[in-house]
Amino acid sequence: MSGTFVGMPAFPEAAREAVADRTLRGNLRHATHTIRAKREKAVAEVSDWAELREAGRRIKDHTLRHLDRYLVQLEESVTAAGGTVHWAADAAEANRIVARLVAETGESEVVKVKSMATQEIGLNEALEAEGVRAYETDLAELIVQLGKDRPSHILVPAIHRNRGEIRDVFRREMGAWGRPAPEGLTDTPAELAEAARLHLREKFLRARVGISGANFMIAETGTLVVVESEGNGRMCLTLPETLISVVGIEKILPTWRDLEVFLQTLPRSSTAERMNPYTSMWTGTTDEDGPRAFHLVLLDNGRTDTLADEVGRQALRCIRCSACLNVCPVYERAGGHAYGSVYPGPIGAILSPQLRGTASGIDASLPYASSLCGACYEVCPVAIDIPEVLVRLRERVVEGGPVVRDGNRVVLRPAKGHAAERAAMRAARWAFARPGALRAGQRLASRTRRLHPRTLPGPGRAWSATRDLPAVPAEPFRDWWRRTRGGEEAE
Amino acid sequence: MRVALFLTCVNDTLYPDTGRAVVRLLTRLGVEVDFPMAQTCCGQAHYNTGYRHEAEPLAQHFADVFGGYEAIVTPSGSCGAMVRELYPRLGERARAEGRGGSLAATLAPVVPKTYELTEFLVDVLGVTDVGAYYPRKVTYHPTCHGLRSLGLGDRPRRLLAAVRGLELVELPGAEECCGFGGTFALKNPDVSAAMGADKVRNAVSTGADALCAADNSCLMHIGSTMARLRTGMRPVHIAEILASTEEVPAV
Amino acid sequence: MSTRERILGRVRRALADVAPDDTPYERAVERAYAREHGRLDAVAAAGLLAGNLADYRARVHRCAEDGLPAVVGRLLAGRGARTVLVPDGLDPAWLADSDARRVPDLAASTPAELDRVDSVVTGCAVAIAETGTIVLDGGPGQGRRRITLVPDHHVCVVRVPDQVVTSVPLALERLDPTRPSTWISGPSATSDIELDRVEGVHGPRTLDVVLVGRPPGGGPR
Repeated sequence: MSGTFVGMPAFPEAAREAVADRTLRGNLRHATHTIRAKREKAVAEVSDWAELREAGRRIKDHTLRHLDRYLVQLEESVTAAGGTVHWAADAAEANRIVARLVAETGESEVVKVKSMATQEIGLNEALEAEGVRAYETDLAELIVQLGKDRPSHILVPAIHRNRGEIRDVFRREMGAWGRPAPEGLTDTPAELAEAARLHLREKFLRARVGISGANFMIAETGTLVVVESEGNGRMCLTLPETLISVVGIEKILPTWRDLEVFLQTLPRSSTAERMNPYTSMWTGTTDEDGPRAFHLVLLDNGRTDTLADEVGRQALRCIRCSACLNVCPVYERAGGHAYGSVYPGPIGAILSPQLRGTASGIDASLPYASSLCGACYEVCPVAIDIPEVLVRLRERVVEGGPVVRDGNRVVLRPAKGHAAERAAMRAARWAFARPGALRAGQRLASRTRRLHPRTLPGPGRAWSATRDLPAVPAEPFRDWWRRTRGGEEAE
Repeated sequence: MRVALFLTCVNDTLYPDTGRAVVRLLTRLGVEVDFPMAQTCCGQAHYNTGYRHEAEPLAQHFADVFGGYEAIVTPSGSCGAMVRELYPRLGERARAEGRGGSLAATLAPVVPKTYELTEFLVDVLGVTDVGAYYPRKVTYHPTCHGLRSLGLGDRPRRLLAAVRGLELVELPGAEECCGFGGTFALKNPDVSAAMGADKVRNAVSTGADALCAADNSCLMHIGSTMARLRTGMRPVHIAEILASTEEVPAV
Repeated sequence: MSTRERILGRVRRALADVAPDDTPYERAVERAYAREHGRLDAVAAAGLLAGNLADYRARVHRCAEDGLPAVVGRLLAGRGARTVLVPDGLDPAWLADSDARRVPDLAASTPAELDRVDSVVTGCAVAIAETGTIVLDGGPGQGRRRITLVPDHHVCVVRVPDQVVTSVPLALERLDPTRPSTWISGPSATSDIELDRVEGVHGPRTLDVVLVGRPPGGGPR
């Protein structure tokens, strides 16, 4: 079933399949390399990128530091502007609120703007259970929905599909959802975009309820901002009579002026454009322009738990640009599905185990889904030190310790399945604290070196299945140093 | 100038040639090198795998062993980054856990005087031409921690460019991780191997005789992949190139 | 306890480790970035705006005030537009050279009715040179948000130099947050197929931007 991640295998197993899928590897490589080069160019155009990045980091940190105050201010501003604010502690509560709001309109279908928050809470499935059909209107979301697929990228959920695959999905599935694909549809991107335009237009024109997320919410004014490209966002935000926006509580910015930072950094980091084609800003409701009713659902769903960790809370700065995915060598090879979450890639590897906890196999494996190369941190427009948070979460997995889950402080036990590793780490620490023990080990290795195999059985296969073992030298350096006094005496 | 060689446990055990090359190179440049025999491991593997508390005694041991030296030089970008970038973090975290500032105070002295080899050559000794001779075609892979944590920048390339006989060729996708990542190579072997294979493919495409880097951990992964793929190309640590002269060529 | 109280309580407990900080917001965040990337005179700013708009496939036209009706008329005729949406407050002179039937922007119009209109002509609130962006805020001559969305052809008139600013920060200063605004940078586009940009999805597939300067030799308006 689309949209669900329950029972996902842990990252290494899921990644193994992806690595072996040549089409997928090719699609991801092509897409990520295309956008990487463009992003670099778009960022290089701005001479004060480092200052914008730093200001973005500070604005977000300040907001998180005073999040309670800004949430209350936002609520007041939105209410004063004619909107209604709802609070949802978790996914189930958010879904209940939205389902009730839709039911009150008497409608049985809604149009949706691409939104990570509603994906995160599984809103479409929850509405389906209430007899409401939710139509995704973003091109990539449409491809995923029609293909009964799962999203694999924050910005471009169908990045794992190439144009030929997209054409096949459109031809096969569009008819069941509404207007069928045009006869003789080819795989040129322009024709595919045209097919989506025709298919969705009838839905936009008759829609009475729109559902969105938001990129930013301004506490001081109550303004919401949606950044998009296609115009489907504008359709959903302005044509229906009722608009429901589900937004994570961390999306707040204190002031209108703060947009001057993020409207410069987000488009360049995300689609590598100077500015995205369309940005919509609205404050409550406006007489005779756009929806008559506006509901804002403020979503926690693990965000306050994340906020409680002094290292991990920086993940809440994220503006969902996806630059970290596009530059990540692991994402490029493992693909988005392996991360078992609507948040894939490096940011997903630090967000999912914090929002959902580390109890499941997939969530406990995500902090290890990185070589800690740091490319993600380098491109992040709000300077999230993703490697630092990954290591922090690895610690949580192997050492356990105090965390906050669902608002309650609990003490995690060290995860099972790391016993052998923990023993090895302790043994290594013991030996490394005693140079004599290290030397004895080195000598034993050197003396037996002719007996060492080139490949290893059991867990050692993880190395030797694809790599030879390094040869052990005749003597370790420290023996040479002692024997020759640092090379001063003959060898 | 008297400096301590922090060789790292991996080099000590598996790559003594790199250690000998560093000693030869620095001695040639007039530096008095000591190898404190009590040195072991900086704790990077522990820290990065999530065993921060196991890493702490190793960091303390490092500070005990190296604290008295003017400068500490290491031929490893990642171990250098452990000391420079992550030792301060160990101290901060201990403080945040309510254990006071003693760990931070113990580690603080070694942080600013720890140098990765190419940094030490260019920034402290102020040399880029170290009088080396290495008549081969070489491509250079900047390792992630050297590149992004330490900010080595073009120092290694400038050193290589000054080596007589050496033809330096650009590595396509140079700044992409090779896929080693310490325990990542074991925990995610398929992705790690795929990254390694791509790195080796790019290296082979240059037609170079050797792939050079400033970190033997990454070179172990790349070299082992090269061997398995039977490329005929070999990995070489930058210290071995810089130590090589016409009189005493690298093997 | 209400969910509101529960969430606010969680936030406060989560921040218990953070030292108190009452720095006023104006001083809490250092803003070392530029207000604009290089000061440009009016001619250069208009040139940059035109270049960036064109880079994202908007069609850019330039004329003097008295030439505007002819340009708008030609653009509408070139599309074969038989109907044109006209927002309140639009200078009727702009459409003097077009015989397309005027359709007023009414609250009562249905989306399906708007979908049958060929073109829309509007002004704008401000235009941003560095990013190639026009911003509409529903002011006179701009209309409701949907009228520049549903028709497939949008002609937008920008007054040069009055409505042109160089940068995003300068544009935000000119806008009123209480008015709904739409920022437009080129025609509708998508990067959803292989992360490569293609123009033309749900919004107008053709965006004509007319930069109107002062008449030659004329003084300030």
